[in-house]
Amino acid sequence: MSHSALDSGPAAAGSPAAVDPEPGQKRAASTPPVRKRLRSFLPYGLILPAAILELLIHIGPMLLGIWIAFISLTQLNLTNWLNAPFVGLQNFINGLNPDSTIGQAFFSTVGRTLGYTILVVGFSWVLGMAGAVFLSSNFRGRALLRTFFLVPYALPAYVGTIAWAFMFNQRDGAVNQILVDTLHLFGDERPFWLLGQNSFGAMVIVNVWQLWPFAFLMLMAALQNVPTDVYEAAAIDGATLWQQFRRITLPMVRPANGVLLMVMSLWTFNQFNVPFVLFGATSPKEATLISPLIYQNSFGSWNFGLGGAMSVLLLIALFIASAFYIRMVLPKGADND
Amino acid sequence: MIETRNFRILRTIVLTILSLWVAIPLFVVVSTSLKPLKDVSGLFQWIPREITASPYLDIWTTVPLAKYFQNSLIITVCATACSVTVAVLAAYAIARLQFKGKRAFSLTVLSTQMFPGILFLLPLYLIFTQIRNMTGLQLQGSYLGLIITYMTFTLPFAIWMLSGYFASIPKELEEASMIDGTGRMGALFRVILPVAKPGIIAVAVYSFISAWGEVLFASVLTNESTKTLSLGLKAYASESDVFWNQLMAASVVVSLPVLIGFILVQKHLVAGLSSGAVK
Repeated sequence: MSHSALDSGPAAAGSPAAVDPEPGQKRAASTPPVRKRLRSFLPYGLILPAAILELLIHIGPMLLGIWIAFISLTQLNLTNWLNAPFVGLQNFINGLNPDSTIGQAFFSTVGRTLGYTILVVGFSWVLGMAGAVFLSSNFRGRALLRTFFLVPYALPAYVGTIAWAFMFNQRDGAVNQILVDTLHLFGDERPFWLLGQNSFGAMVIVNVWQLWPFAFLMLMAALQNVPTDVYEAAAIDGATLWQQFRRITLPMVRPANGVLLMVMSLWTFNQFNVPFVLFGATSPKEATLISPLIYQNSFGSWNFGLGGAMSVLLLIALFIASAFYIRMVLPKGADND
Repeated sequence: MIETRNFRILRTIVLTILSLWVAIPLFVVVSTSLKPLKDVSGLFQWIPREITASPYLDIWTTVPLAKYFQNSLIITVCATACSVTVAVLAAYAIARLQFKGKRAFSLTVLSTQMFPGILFLLPLYLIFTQIRNMTGLQLQGSYLGLIITYMTFTLPFAIWMLSGYFASIPKELEEASMIDGTGRMGALFRVILPVAKPGIIAVAVYSFISAWGEVLFASVLTNESTKTLSLGLKAYASESDVFWNQLMAASVVVSLPVLIGFILVQKHLVAGLSSGAVK
């Protein structure tokens, strides 16, 4: 159903691309040399604007970011950064030494961010799977619910976070009203949710609320490829719902899962918006993630060298992660090559 | 799965819980946005004692919301339009043409899509500073500066999604057109673009949504006159009083354009996302 945009068009009439093995070679003999040369420039002409932009907005800044990690860049020479002194590995030694306070903060932030990623992605996956499984069967109101479940994902990220910040309000927020006044948990004490220990959990909840619809969307697309007669056969053989889920649904979504979990993990690992809107420019120390930490070091305490050194480590980690991601995605893209 | 009785009962329970989970924050936003200020502080009331539209009228004067709206709109529309235009050409080349360096190019696009804005923020800030020192062109706090930075995440996404989408269109379509003598570019513009229109619109809406919600670049690269909605909303809370009712009313107003756009294209979005990224 979700593929209707593609399938119902005139496009659907033709069979897959197997008919034409090499369009370039086939017509080479009959094409005049000038047109042929023009055609060999065509791909480069088409990617040129994108390649220039990639160079300007990604490659250049990335190389400059690496350079920053090796110079002494402070508030004082920020406007004249080309003349900032080269300090070699000093930023890494000063800032990321596991024995120093900053270094310990950095490594515990990395650990915390990993834990945060596992929790957020795990919960989002479970909720998304539950929604996808129970919306894959047909019933009245299904289309409406499907759209409704996607609303948190479509909402601007800061709007959802502001709503939760209001609900987590210690004095008169909706969360404490339910937990303390209605359910009488925590006795008479109204816990703080956006300060101290609890802030980490609050941030997980907000992020899951925003992310789970994405898992729902992708898993629903994957489940549409499962033929219903497989379930029918299983039901006739006496398989319980749980067995059907374990033995049919889970294996069928496995191909989609790899990329889905990878993408969600990278997004969550890099999360900036949720803590920034929930806590402001400086997160509580129990809830500081890696992106906000780099931000705080760079634009909060103007320690750009340290921010740069941390960025380089993050860059290396993400390069490794995206290598995995690309390996998972590219078998599909490989037939284009 | 098979709709046994148990399945139906379980379905009702799970879908009710999920609906409440989604609905409660949305309900809190809407109900708060309709309350007078005196009813917003103190214990939270689920049902407003008194309903008023005044927060929706006051938001425009408490904070220059219209100005922020205009800034967000200009920056987001330009970033989206540039990304989609550039991406259509590049994505077509990736999906259909053979050329040296294609793999390197696709890998670059694919991997930069995974990198967070924080990695590009400081370097771009420094580049903008250098440009100002050398040419006097002020990019910090300008529309152009923000449009460029927003393309760091809209462009790779658009290229990747569109190349997946184009690849799923049968080649016979363009071949027929090329035999009729339109050439490659003619086939692209006359055949592929019309067929791929739903996918292009979905990618555009998706880019629009992510740019509309952007916070990081806006927090460093805007000034008073180019501030976007994501930062402008903070002004309702910056004084000693927090105008929660107005903040929620503004949240509703800010969300409506993207929500409407999203609901209109969500079917195509599902198709685009699942053929482009996960399949």
